[in-house]
Amino acid sequence: MAADMCGLSGVATRWMIAGEWRAHPARVILAALAIAVGVALGFAVHLINASALNEFSRAVRTVNGDADFQVHARTPLGFEEALYPKLARTPGIAAASPVVELPASIDGKVPLTLLGIDPFRAGLVTPNLMGRPVAAETTQTAAPPSATDNALGETSIFLSQAALLALNKKPGDEIQVSAAGQTLAFTIAGTLPGVAEGQRLAVVDIATAQWRLNRLGRLQRVDLKFVEGADEPRVRNALAALLPRDAEIVNETTQERRTDALSRAYRVNLDMVALMALLTGGFLAFSAQALSVARRRSQFALLRVLGVQRRALLFQVLVEGAVVGGIGAALGLGAGLFLAQGALSFLGGDLGGGYFSGTRPQLIFAPGAALSFFGLGLLAALIGSVLPARQAAQAQPAIALKDAGDAADPRRAPGWRIALALLLAGAVCAFLPAIGGLPLFGYISVAFLLAGGVGAMPLLARVLLTPLQHVTFGVSGHLASKHLWGAPSQAAIALCGIVASTSLMIAMAVMVWSFRNSVDSWLVQILPADIYLRVEGDDYNAFAPDVQQRMATVPGLQSIHFRKVTPLRLSPDQPPITLLAEDIDPANPSALLPLIGSSRPIPDGAIPVWLSEPATWLYPYRAGDYMDLPLSGASGSTRVFVAGIWRDYGRQQGTVAMASPDYVRLTGDRLRSDAAISLKPGADSASLPDAMRAVMPPSLAGRVSFVPSRDLRKLSLQIFDRSFAVTYLLEAIAILVGLAGVAATFSAQTLARTKEFGMLRHIGVLKRQIVGMLAAEGALLGSVGVVAGIGLGIAISQVLIHVINPQSFHWTMETRLPFVLFATVAVALVAASAGTALIAGRRALSGDAIRAVREDW
Amino acid sequence: MRTPSPASPLLSVTSLKKSVPGGRVLFDGLDMAVAPGEFVAIMGESGAGKSTLLNLIAGLDTADSGSIAIRGTVLDGLDDDARTKLRLAAIGFVFQAFHILPHLTLAQNVALPLVLQHMKAREAEERAHAMLASAGLSGRGNDFPRALSGGELQRVAIARALVHKPALILADEPTGNLDPETAARILELFATAVRESGAGVLLVTHSHVAAAVADRTLLLARSGLREHDGR
Repeated sequence: MAADMCGLSGVATRWMIAGEWRAHPARVILAALAIAVGVALGFAVHLINASALNEFSRAVRTVNGDADFQVHARTPLGFEEALYPKLARTPGIAAASPVVELPASIDGKVPLTLLGIDPFRAGLVTPNLMGRPVAAETTQTAAPPSATDNALGETSIFLSQAALLALNKKPGDEIQVSAAGQTLAFTIAGTLPGVAEGQRLAVVDIATAQWRLNRLGRLQRVDLKFVEGADEPRVRNALAALLPRDAEIVNETTQERRTDALSRAYRVNLDMVALMALLTGGFLAFSAQALSVARRRSQFALLRVLGVQRRALLFQVLVEGAVVGGIGAALGLGAGLFLAQGALSFLGGDLGGGYFSGTRPQLIFAPGAALSFFGLGLLAALIGSVLPARQAAQAQPAIALKDAGDAADPRRAPGWRIALALLLAGAVCAFLPAIGGLPLFGYISVAFLLAGGVGAMPLLARVLLTPLQHVTFGVSGHLASKHLWGAPSQAAIALCGIVASTSLMIAMAVMVWSFRNSVDSWLVQILPADIYLRVEGDDYNAFAPDVQQRMATVPGLQSIHFRKVTPLRLSPDQPPITLLAEDIDPANPSALLPLIGSSRPIPDGAIPVWLSEPATWLYPYRAGDYMDLPLSGASGSTRVFVAGIWRDYGRQQGTVAMASPDYVRLTGDRLRSDAAISLKPGADSASLPDAMRAVMPPSLAGRVSFVPSRDLRKLSLQIFDRSFAVTYLLEAIAILVGLAGVAATFSAQTLARTKEFGMLRHIGVLKRQIVGMLAAEGALLGSVGVVAGIGLGIAISQVLIHVINPQSFHWTMETRLPFVLFATVAVALVAASAGTALIAGRRALSGDAIRAVREDW
Repeated sequence: MRTPSPASPLLSVTSLKKSVPGGRVLFDGLDMAVAPGEFVAIMGESGAGKSTLLNLIAGLDTADSGSIAIRGTVLDGLDDDARTKLRLAAIGFVFQAFHILPHLTLAQNVALPLVLQHMKAREAEERAHAMLASAGLSGRGNDFPRALSGGELQRVAIARALVHKPALILADEPTGNLDPETAARILELFATAVRESGAGVLLVTHSHVAAAVADRTLLLARSGLREHDGR
């Protein structure tokens, strides 16, 4: 076996490890639990993300009906239907099915996707979207759906099982369908048995959709099927040559890439926060191993004297770490599964992040991920054991046999070069760009800063404690400060877990506090009106022009500004950007948009747009550039001028803001998605909603909500807090792991000093003076930890704020420091350190002082 | 008193020089030899370098110059691994501070040198129990060290030093932590046990009583070792 190869027999290794663990089971359990917590959090977050993504992809596939691939409109306005026959005639295409796709709402309460299909064509390309008529349901013949079954009348609609359940309707019932600013009556003709469980979908005849919903001559997509054995790249190229700028080719891979891009940064960040808990666990494992090795210096020296080689000792300590890591990782995987199941049930697939709202995904076990997280747990424990193992192996046996204390010369200045190198490496990494849209160097920078900060602990402890050497505090304080000053490496080991977790917690807290304050200020800027109107679901065609006119005449209004918020596909690899058309004054855009810098002068004849900050990260456009938007023009696209950049925390995938008249001129689209109302002074805001609803169609009135700007701001901040709730939870767990580390470390160090306490008792130091000394040591160490943790935390927060956040989420913010939190953490940490040291000291002193002095080890 | 055999010494030390950090020379030109089965005591003032000499012989420390050979194997040219293997195979140790591992049973402590030589655990423990019995600790093999007195701990240490039948025993003040009565009993046990084992012994001590059990006694001074005249 491996132990034999290292020169230490397997039996001896087993005896040594078992003996140590029998003597100090709590320490081993705590280190294993620290690893378990980290693995559990990381694995759970990964499983939740994977399950949610899978569910989201399933939803996308359902709407797509499993076509080989599609030609998709870049905007909800669609493309000319004349494209369809050209596509269908392309060599290599076996069948093509035109589709109208619209967001809709049924009976003013259930939002879903409405598809208009040609059943004769869809039967060949996307049979999953075919309806089963009522007759087949009632006679229980269960005949497979077919094109001939789908005698879609102009008032017939097929609903998926999930939509029927949500509406509590059955085939034959009548429903009101609101889409594209219209509300129409339909009769449920049957179900959609090919649609996956849980997906809300409605299908009508394409002619009905185009004619009754004012979509004549426009399509949102064409689903396509290849001829068997067709040369797909060649066919794809032939199709691409036919496409106008407002259409693009997409397939399942493209859709999945977009789905992935939509939430990737959020998921990766959650993964990273969870891994921080694992990192803290690694530090705790290091702390436990380092103390264990320090306490067993003489034992290891004896083994060396008896004939055990250096590498065998190294091996033994690493095996100890590996077994702790293995047990912890195995426990963590079980707990992670349990956590993931619970979180999916209670929080949903996005853990409150708002990316996959409305879904309740099934948990999917990922064996590869399980193996990876087991490996990470093992690795954390092994890395935590490497330094102590080296220390054990390198000790001089003859010296170590005589000296059970800190081997370092107390007068020697602690090393600083490695710490400085790590801190510098961290600083350099902070300036490196993102890789694949992810701030990998940012995370590496955090890891380096953390390691450098912890590495600098002996020096920091020495620097902070040096002034205390000249101050008299009485016996307890004197002994405490002398001990810590003389054994800075012990102080550092005691503190590394807590400094790691505190600094990470402080860093996250500073980032979240800065972010929240920035969002709050931003909300004040972007919500200048009194009341905002929102329509349930993603109905960006809710307000038709006649409705807008009637609403504008309601008494008490100073002004009402309608907006169009609609998705726009600029890149096949990115989720759609948002196009925002509103009453922007090109001469004074900052009246509506919180601009970063000033707006550029607009060249004559140019159509100005203002890009949000995330858009400038995702697309290669800056203020002063021209860009093409896939809005209807002769070629299906229009060249616009980027006049300025504005701050938008609301849409992570970017926003293009445009003056409403320009939008209408380019698209002809006068339907609007929401509105902002300013009231006349003294107008009654309470009666406004009823007055407004009275002039709206009933199907719209039931879906509109009126939210005062202060409530909207409050709601936005609540959503912000909810989306960071999991982050807070992960942070709290990390700090608890750190505090548990402090308790374990003090307990271990105190027990290791039983002999010293016995000697002090022999020479006349009172029990209470020793307890006081330990409490003072705890408080001093806690204070050093506070200074280091907060200082390092602020440094790391700058990486989070200025590197990781912009590279992940594409927005910037200003640093704000949560001083109240700092004070709370400082008090809690000093109290916890002093308290645990005191408790451990009382326990250590409960024994016999004479026996303690006589103890060998 | 046995007569050493110069032709095939168990331990041979030649022209050994050792200084400590700061430049103080502990000894220079030190020569000595220990024959197989010979019991040699070394006395000297505190700080004279007695323990350092033992560490050098054990390969735990390196000399400034000179040479040490055990059973003909010269230590100077050996790397750390080779010296460790030699220690495992040929040397047994007894310390002043016992150094019994607190988390192993007495039998496991004694069996350690055997399992380090890859003997099966059961066999090693059986031999350890027998060794403990011969050291006066019959039936105590499954106890843990915490319950033992200083004298008993040193018996365990002696058993551990002899269990693997080493050629050379290095003993550093083995009775230094014991009261005179216990020390006398331990010395008797130690002397009897090592003579029965046939191992050579190098005993470092301050105690004339301890030195008296040796075949010969040497006095360590900076100039080297000289025969102790008993005064």
